[in-house]
Formats: sequence, structure tokens, C-alpha cells
Amino acid sequence: MFAEFGYGVLLVSFIVAIYSGVAAVYGAVNKSAPLVESARRAMLLTFPLISIAAAALIYLLVTNRYEVAFVYEVTSRSMPTYLKITAWWGGQAGSLVFWSWLLAVFTSAVTLRKWDRDIEFLPWVIMVSAITLTFFLGMSIFFENPFARFWLVDGNVLPSMFAPANATVFTPQDGQGLNPLLRHPGMVIHPPMLYLGFVSFVIPYAFAMAALITGRTDDRWIRITRRWSLWAWLFLSFGLVLGGRWAYDVLGWGGYWGWDPVEIAAFMPWLTGTAFLHSVMIQEKRGLLKHWNMILVILTYALVIFGTFLTRSGVLSSVHAFANSPIGPFFMGFVTLTLVASVALVIWRWPILRSETEMKSMLSREALFLLNNLLFMSILVVCFWGVIFPLISELFTGAKVTVGPPFYERATAPLFSSLLFLMAVAPLSAWGHSTLQTLGKAIWKSTVAALVVTVAFYFTYTQNIGALVGFFLIALVLFATVHEFWRGTRARQKAQGENFLTALSRLMERNRRRYGGYIIHISMALMAIGILGIEIFQKETQGTLAAGEQLNIAGYTVEYRELASWDNQGEGVNYTRAVVDVYENGIYLGQLNPRIDYYFDSQQNMTIPGQRSTLRDDLYILLVDWQPVSTIGATFKIYVNPLVNWLWIGSLLFLAGVIFAAWPDRDPSEEPARRSVARDSRQPSAAD
Amino acid sequence: MTETTPQKRGVPLWVQIVIWVFLVGLLALVGVILSKRQQGTVQPGDKIPDFTLPLFSGYEYEGKSEVKLSDLQGKLVVLNFWASWCKPCEQEAAELEEAWEFYEPGGEVVFLGADYVDTEPEARAYLKKFGITYSNGPDMGTKISQMFRIRGVPETYFIDQNGVLYYVKIGPFLSVDEIKSIVAQKLP
Amino acid sequence: MNFAFGKNYLRITFYALLFTILTFAATTVFAQDDTPTDDEVNAIAKQLYCPVCENTPLDVCPTEACRQWRELIRTQLSQGMTEAEIKQYFVDNYGARVLAEPPRTGLNWLVYLLPPAIILLGAVFLFRSFREWTRSSQAETGPGGERSETSSPSKDDYVARLEEELKNRK
Repeated sequence: MFAEFGYGVLLVSFIVAIYSGVAAVYGAVNKSAPLVESARRAMLLTFPLISIAAAALIYLLVTNRYEVAFVYEVTSRSMPTYLKITAWWGGQAGSLVFWSWLLAVFTSAVTLRKWDRDIEFLPWVIMVSAITLTFFLGMSIFFENPFARFWLVDGNVLPSMFAPANATVFTPQDGQGLNPLLRHPGMVIHPPMLYLGFVSFVIPYAFAMAALITGRTDDRWIRITRRWSLWAWLFLSFGLVLGGRWAYDVLGWGGYWGWDPVEIAAFMPWLTGTAFLHSVMIQEKRGLLKHWNMILVILTYALVIFGTFLTRSGVLSSVHAFANSPIGPFFMGFVTLTLVASVALVIWRWPILRSETEMKSMLSREALFLLNNLLFMSILVVCFWGVIFPLISELFTGAKVTVGPPFYERATAPLFSSLLFLMAVAPLSAWGHSTLQTLGKAIWKSTVAALVVTVAFYFTYTQNIGALVGFFLIALVLFATVHEFWRGTRARQKAQGENFLTALSRLMERNRRRYGGYIIHISMALMAIGILGIEIFQKETQGTLAAGEQLNIAGYTVEYRELASWDNQGEGVNYTRAVVDVYENGIYLGQLNPRIDYYFDSQQNMTIPGQRSTLRDDLYILLVDWQPVSTIGATFKIYVNPLVNWLWIGSLLFLAGVIFAAWPDRDPSEEPARRSVARDSRQPSAAD
Repeated sequence: MTETTPQKRGVPLWVQIVIWVFLVGLLALVGVILSKRQQGTVQPGDKIPDFTLPLFSGYEYEGKSEVKLSDLQGKLVVLNFWASWCKPCEQEAAELEEAWEFYEPGGEVVFLGADYVDTEPEARAYLKKFGITYSNGPDMGTKISQMFRIRGVPETYFIDQNGVLYYVKIGPFLSVDEIKSIVAQKLP
Repeated sequence: MNFAFGKNYLRITFYALLFTILTFAATTVFAQDDTPTDDEVNAIAKQLYCPVCENTPLDVCPTEACRQWRELIRTQLSQGMTEAEIKQYFVDNYGARVLAEPPRTGLNWLVYLLPPAIILLGAVFLFRSFREWTRSSQAETGPGGERSETSSPSKDDYVARLEEELKNRK
């Protein structure tokens, strides 16, 4: 019942989405406001409709309706209810509905805004959203239907939405259960965050398309979508970080990022999105780079769609990828449509995307921002090529090759280092004009301080040249950025007679985007500490121990005590848990419990590390193997990951920074976009 | 990024051409790979290109340490992909051997085992454990399995006397009779 | 002084000699008796990818097949094969995909050459555009660059502007 109902509702929303798109275009072409209004309302209607379909799906998931193929694939009786709900996005079919639902949330939200000044954009924004929504709903309806049930026909079981002739519904006793890797709390929120980031980039894209189609290519569309992009970027970034944390906690390889094609597919839109957030400031303040911003917005969305296509159609195979799926050709059509239409529109409208002012100095902030864009694009080229090349190799030579971490690390390390350097220098430069002299004056103190730190590191921590260069750059970013806060606050203190804290908070509130951006820069530097630590200083050892035996690594001593293995029938898991004592230079630190969880329903192991985390390093112990009979011997793999905690600390600060920057300004009576322009034009250039 | 152009100017033609060529190339590449992924294994009716399977010592074919498909012209070939780490392969190992022993005297059918990404000691232990006697060898560099576009192990390919594939079995055989009935299709 | 130095020197030589002998003894003993340690195996496995799973390095891959491959590396190490030989063995048996990077041959050179080429192209393009922009803007403002002086803010300017802004925005 619920299955047919859910499917029916999906079908209705599909038709409504098509209507909305068609009505919007028709209304725009014939200048019929009522028709556009009707399209807008239809678009609004998709949200409650898809919500109802989603509710039906969740109902099926939590009530163990295993005759539904999707429910059978992702849940089992032993799973707790909250996991049954989150299993919604644990498989291809459900996660496509989840996409559609998120898409409906965003498009509804955007159609609800005040359109009076931008009414000519409205039909085209609706059209782009409607096409995208139609496509995703179409995939659910025609190819990956989460409501399809099992039918018994002549002794064979096959999944289908509608009853084949002479068939009876087949209900398995229990489901296969969610992949244990997806049961981790990090995994519960990592995909939605990532999808949120992906999906929300459709809005800036829709506005960009609308601007191109209508020919109204002033700054308006960028002002409208700027905050959108910031939120989208927040979700995407946070999704990536959560994915890293999840990998660190669950995948059991002592790292957080494996340069896997699917990870990179999610990372690429982040690169262009980040580049956009920087270069958009140039357009706002200097009227430059209209072409480029348009390209970046389109590229970001194209990479979202292209990356999703690569990973969901089975073109790329990876630990994250969905199994071979029938959506391939249909999705391919959509990708082609998106790319071709976008490129054609940009080329058609290129002449009217004119710039207003000129570049004045190679050291001006806009010039440095362009350099930043070049670096982000370079990383993108490396990533894109690394993902695409194995396909080329497979096609032309028939040989499969792996493009793995050594390639990416070698290629991107200098690029990331240059970005760090720019992060320190660019905020000190002025819009319009800077010279080496002014820049040098602004940065020499920070440079000296960073050099002192680096020398200290040389004598106390490491002689590794790469690491020292990295620490120097990180220190430079931290000092230069904190110095910016300090100078602004001091200036305000002098002028207003406020105390330090008041001055600081007012300063930051007055320009959320800039100081939010600086917080993000600081957080990036902190994250860089963690990345540098684990990349350069990670140590590992492995050994098989009998009870009472020890392994030594980097000053730590790990002593194997005992091991226990037991079943938890209720949850359908077998736990094997080792107890080890940890000493550092002879001093007892405590016990850790690396574990192996074996899930009966999916017949999969999960290796849960025992972790001891400090600001200096993480001790990360994995139970690799154990002797089932005697439980006397056990094999452990031990990593020492220096400084990695700074990565997570940086991530939290990052989150705070983006929220601070994206938070709506206090005064709601004024239209935010206009006000920020008025303000920005009078901005001090923050350089001396 | 022709920001300085004072008058309205379009994208230069050569840039347009480069962009479109790139885009079409990319889409074509992905499209071809996609269709390759979708088509699955080689299909019955396909002529199988020649390949050479090196053989483990003790599992030679007529005393030779490698076997070429083209040398087996006129014989029916049963090519089985397996691996020692593959649990489902164990289900069918005894059945394959039994079928082989059934056909061996006739000399019209050749059984070949292609050991897919495996280590030799384990592979030998596996062959010994199941008492396998037909020719077996490693699929060096996964060349043969890539040619057949196998999806996993076990998979078995039945190639007729003219070198044309006529049946594909994905997953383990359930009985000796199943193997025999497929072989019988092409035996006179 | 001289004497002390000589004594020290002797002592150092003695320890160095002792150390050499000990380590030598240790390594020879090791090479003969001990099977290679997990760490030695992992050091090589880390550079290889599991041939049947997607994008999983061999040292952290938990499947039974990977355990067998690690044992294979151990056997090969104890037979005295070098790291390069072992890697080559894996490539011959399981294809080039077991390497973390494509081998530097034939078409694979593209993977290493194309990104730097494109990046270089981008840099050249950007640099040339810069030159063009700055030149045309100088032509507009005229030589001498009076504007640049005013738009280059001094420290006082920074404070002054901030103050002005604070007044206006209160």
C-alpha cells in the first residue's frame, strides 16, 4: 500500500516539476505573469509532495517491509530505528530521492524570496531548477525506484514496481542490513552534508543561467547568490571534513584522505567554489572578472553533476561508488545537456559580460586574488586529470592503472604551499594598488615572527626541510592574520575609546565577510598543521604479541593484556575487543581498546581503532588479527600521527568562521545586498 | 578572461573550437567507458581473440607450459576463472573436476582454469585440495580476465570449436549436470 | 689536553667498532634466521594497491586475499628479492594497476606531463593579461602615476579611513 502510494506521489511530483518548467518558459516567452506565477506555485508544491513520498519511504524502512527491495537492501531487523531512518540515503535508490527532496527544499526556498526587483530572473531560475528536479525524480521513477517490491514469478524472485502476471509478493524474513561502514555517526551526517553542498550549488547556477538568458549580466545575480554560495560552500566543506573524520575513525588505515576518485570528485567543486568565493569579491569591489565568475559558478555546478555522474553510474569504481547502475545513459544525457547548454550560453553572451575597470598593479589585491584563482585551478587540473587519466588509459591501451596519493601529493604540495603564502600576503594588499614596499612594510613583522618560530622548530622538533617550509608558511599566515585583527581593533580602540573586546567584536560584526574570511584562513592554517604532521611525521609499526608482550614506537610502549570476543545478538554484531596498556617513556597512560566488529547480516568486518588523542600526536592502534582458538596472540598495527588533532580543531574553527561570515547582518530593514555594496566601496584597504 | 576588451567582442573562433573539441572528447570518452561498463562480459556469439595462458608446472596442457586458444581450434573450450581466496569457487571446484574427468577420454573438450589475481602457493594448495587435474595457470597481468571483462570470480566461458563464445556462466555451477548440459549443446 | 683527546678518540673508535660489529652480526643473523617483520612487509605493501579491491593500499586492506599477498611479500623478502623485484613481480602478475602511480612508459607519460603544461599555460596567460591590463590602465591615468600615490595608503590613512567609516556607520 505505502509502496504504491509513495510511488504515486513521486510520479505526481515528477509531472508537477515538468509542468513548472514548461509553464515558466512559456510564461517568460509570452510575457505572461500569471503563467510564471503558476509555475512558481507548482515549484512550491514539489516540496510537500516529495516530503510525503519520503515519509512513505521512511515508514517502509522503519516498519521492516522487506518485500520492498530497497528496504531489504539497506536495513535489517537488528538495526536501531534511527539507523533505519538514515538508511534512507544509505543506498542508491533512496539517496536519489533524498537528492530530489533537498533540491525541492532549496528551490522552494528560493522561489519564496522577494522577487520584485529581479522578476525577469524568476522564470529562468524556475526552469533550471525544474529541469534538474525532473531529471532526479525521473531517475527514481524509471531506473532506481526505491518502492519496487519483490515478486515471486515461477519460482524466481524479481524486483518490480508493478505486479507481473501471476505473481505474488515475496517478503524476505530479514533484510541484508546497512553496510556497517555506513553505521558510524559520522557517516550518518557526512552524506547529507555533502549532498546539501552539492545541491545548494544549483541555485547560484540557476541564477547564472538566468542572467545569461535574460542578458541582464550586471552584478545583480551575483549579489543574490553570494550568500547562497557561502552556505553551499559551508555544507560542502563540512561534508568533506566529516568524511575525513569518518575515514579516520572507521576505515582503519590511519588516515583521513586517500585521494580516492570519489573523494576527489567531491573535492573538485570545492576547489572551484573556493576560487569563486574569492574572485567574486573582485567583481563586487572592482567590477572586474564578470566572465570569470560566471565560468566558475557554472564550472562548480558542472563538476557537481559530472562527479555525481562518474561515481553513481559505475564509470569510476571505488570504495565509495555505487554498484553498476542502470541510470548511466539517462544520467549521461543530463550531463551532456547541462554542459553543452552552459557552454553555449556563455559563448553566446560573452560579448555583453564586459568589465568596468582596469587592473592597476600586479601586487594589488585583485591581482593576488587572480593568482589564488590560478592556483585553485591548477589543483583542479591535477585532480581532474588524475581522475580522468585511468579512463583514457583503459580505453586506449586496455590497461587499468591507478593514479594514487604519491601523484597527487607531489603535484599539489607546491600548489598548496603557494596558497598558504598568498593567504598570508593577499589580505595585507590593497584593492587597486600595492607596491612591494607597502606590502613589505605590512608583512615584515609577521615574517620575522614566523622565522623565529621556524628556527625554534628546527632546534626542537624537526630538521626536515619540507616540514620547516610548511611550518614557516603556516606561522606566517597565523601571524599576519592575527596582526590584521590586532591592527583593526587598535585603530578602533583609538578612535572610539572602546575597550579591546568591544572594539574587536564591533570590528568583526561590521564586516562579517572579511573577518569571517580571516577566521577561515586561520582555521586553514591550523588544518595545515595537522596535514603536515600526518603526511611527514606519521610512524607505524606492526607486530603479533602474546599477552604481556610489548611493541615500541616513537616513545610509546603498547603492552597487550587480553582479548575478549562476544556476540551481541540484539544488534547482530560480534565484538572482538583487545585490551592494551599504553606507556609513554615508562609512565603509564591508560588502556586502549582496539576492536573488530563483525556484522552477521552483511558479513562484514569493521576495524575500530583504539585512539589516544593529544595536541601533540594521536596514538592509533588497530587490531589486525587474532587467534580465534586460544585468544592468546593478537596482531596490532600502531600508528603515531603527530599533530593530526589540529586538523579537527581547525575544522571546528572553520565551521565557526563560515557561519560567522554567512550570518545575515543585524539590520534587516536594509536590503543586505545593496548595503554591503555601499559599505564595501568605502572599505579601508587595510594596508599600510 | 578578455577583460580589457573595450568593445563588445565575442569568443575567438579558435577558443570556441578548442572548448567544443575538449567537451566532445570528454563526453565521448566517458560515454564509451560507460557503455563498456554497461555491456558487461563478452557476449555469446562473440569471436574470442587469441590469448595465451601460462600454466603451473604439474598442470600443463599436453606437456606444454602454456596454452594458446588458437591451438585448440576444433575443440570445445571451457574456460573457468577462479581464485584461491574466492569462497564461491570452492562450491563448484569438485563439479568442474568431475565434468573434466567425464570428458577427458573423448579428447573433444578442453578445460582451462585461469587463476585470477592469486598467489601461487595458495593456488597450488587449492588445486591440490580439490584434486583438480585439468590445465591451470595464472592470468598474468589480468590480461585474459580484462579481455573477457569478467565481473568477478567464479565465471566460466564456453567457447565452441570455431573459437566463438556460446555460453557464459556467472557464479558457481550448482551441479555436474549443469556443466554437462551446457557442453552437450555443442558436442555432435 | 692532547692526551684526553686521544683517549676520547680511542673510546669513540672502540664504540664505533663495537657498534659496527654488533649491527653487522645482527643483520646477518636476521637475514639467515628471522622471517621478515611485519614492518618490512608493510613498507612494501604500502606502495602497492590491492589488485581486486578498488583503491585500497595493500598494507591496510583487510581481506583474506590481501593477507595472502602480504604473506607472499614476506616469502619473497626472505628469498632475498629486492623491493623493485617484488614490485615488478606484482606488476607482471596482476597488472600495472597495483602500482600507486602509472609506470613512466608510453602513454602514461601524459599523466605526468599534461598538468604542468596546462598550469604553465595558465600562468603565462594570466601574466600576459596582467601586463596588458596594467599597461592599458597606466595609459589611462597617464605616466607619472599621481593616482598611484594617493591610492597607496599610508598607516595614517588606514586609521583615518577606519575612523571616518566608524563615524559614518554608527
